[in-house]
Amino acid sequence: MLTLPCPFCGPRDETEFGYGGEAGVAYPERPADLDDAAWAEYLFLRANPRGWFTERWVHRAGCRQWFTVRRHTVTNEVVPDAAAQEVR
Amino acid sequence: MRTSERLPGHPDFLWATADPKSSYDVVVVGGGGHGLATAYYLAANHGITNVAVIEKGWLAGGNMARNTTIIRSNYLWDESAGIYEHSLGLWEGLEEELDCEILFSQRGVMNVAHSLGDVREGRRRVNANQLNGIDAQWLEPDEVGKLAPVLDVTDRPRYPVMGATFQPRGGIAKHDYVAWGYARAAAALGVDIIQDCEVQGFETDGDTVTAVKTSRGRIACGRLALCAAGHSGVLASQLGVRLPVQSHPLQALVSELLDQVLDTVVMSNAVHVYVSQAHKGELVMGAGVDAHLGYGQRGSFHVIEEQMAAAVELFPVFARAHVLRTWAGIVDVTPDASPIVGHLAQWANAYVNCGWGTGGFKATPGIGSVFADTVAHEAPHRLAEPYALDRFVSGRLIDEHGAAAVAH
Ligand SMILES: Cc1cc2nc3c(=O)[nH]c(=O)nc-3n(C[C@H](O)[C@H](O)[C@H](O)COP(=O)(O)OP(=O)(O)OC[C@H]3O[C@@H](n4cnc5c(N)ncnc54)[C@H](O)[C@@H]3O)c2cc1C
Ligand SMILES: [Zn+2]
Repeated sequence: MLTLPCPFCGPRDETEFGYGGEAGVAYPERPADLDDAAWAEYLFLRANPRGWFTERWVHRAGCRQWFTVRRHTVTNEVVPDAAAQEVR
Repeated sequence: MRTSERLPGHPDFLWATADPKSSYDVVVVGGGGHGLATAYYLAANHGITNVAVIEKGWLAGGNMARNTTIIRSNYLWDESAGIYEHSLGLWEGLEEELDCEILFSQRGVMNVAHSLGDVREGRRRVNANQLNGIDAQWLEPDEVGKLAPVLDVTDRPRYPVMGATFQPRGGIAKHDYVAWGYARAAAALGVDIIQDCEVQGFETDGDTVTAVKTSRGRIACGRLALCAAGHSGVLASQLGVRLPVQSHPLQALVSELLDQVLDTVVMSNAVHVYVSQAHKGELVMGAGVDAHLGYGQRGSFHVIEEQMAAAVELFPVFARAHVLRTWAGIVDVTPDASPIVGHLAQWANAYVNCGWGTGGFKATPGIGSVFADTVAHEAPHRLAEPYALDRFVSGRLIDEHGAAAVAH
């Protein structure tokens, strides 16, 4: 089981969290202006790296805040990345 | 220590281990079931024998020998009925085709419903299957109980059994025998099976992929066929192609060997467990995917715990069984729970087969033959056509979340 560093509650078990996937995927500013390919990219294309990944979690059974960490997708090493906190 | 004469001799090798040649007409990346079957059908059906299967680890060391081997064709949509039923038809003749034992056992597959929503969805799927000529039935709880007496069909469980879909021709097979059977048959036709050889990048010239760069040197390719399952996104990104796949751990487990108590396959999407009893006697159970991305071939134990809780609730006798072994594979999940098969538009000679996620074992013979046909003719096979990558732009998704989701 992963241990995740909630910035508000400290390290807690994975079972308390929900997963949000890739960080930094913003809703398009003017969705109506997107063509089908750009809309498909926003909807369906997400990074899927073997290695370091910046991702979102929500402390569902705790403070209910969303936050960002960097995790290695092979070793599962997790680092709370200060810079990553700004990525939404 | 016993003397070595008490040990059986090493069995004969089923296929010759090849060293890479400098060039092949077709390079298949990935020595799982799909890669091996593709290579076999390229040789057997299309006479293309100058083919290499390149595997970074050992043959079937990916999902092929980690899956729970459930075979069925009762998906919802016509496109799915096409490919999965084609595959089931090939399973039914595979022992003869490959001339080897694969322990294919058509013991039936049951998908249990636990809510009114499940019942409606299940009945709808049975009707859709029947319209496609697939042997689907709806079972009431008492009929479920007759087929699986150890399944608790009373109203005691937290989520009682309210019925089930049943496909009598579904079942299981022995996954490693299937891989070995395809490997042996392909090698006999001249295919080189190259293990311990990782594809690390590609050489290109204009719009053509000219070679794969591997841990054992450069191998030129006439055509490239990617069958890398969980690693498809990694390989595609080396070709500058982004695929709508996410790679997740998917776990399974077995119990110790037990007397036969269950002679059909029982799946429950709602409570996330599916069970069969293998020929030797172990209970084989699978879970849902771990929520996060992962390439480590391991998942979190709480997923196993939830799956065990569901299993014991549905099968009270399982409370006495023990978990012997758990493991995980890396499954490539797409947004519509259907695979991606076809030509990579950016490249003149590159093809991809991926996105089978949690349910591609059953498709092994079917997609092997269809993908081989697509690569051989440089045009999509009729059954592959709906699975082209551009469906994510056109919106023609093939949503099999209901039939596939965590199920297999
Ligand atoms: C726990 C679990 C249970 C499952 N249960 C079922 C089930 O009951 N029924 C069902 O139908 N499906 C099931 N599946 C899904 C099924 O196993 C897969 O969809 C299917 O095996 C994928 O095709 P494959 O056999 O070719 O994949 P794999 O065996 O994973 O083959 C891909 C191969 O590519 C190799 N590779 C990757 N990158 C490279 C590289 N760079 N260079 C060279 N080689 C590379 C890998 O090492 C691997 O051997 C399950 C999967 C898991 C993990
Ligand atoms: Zn918190």
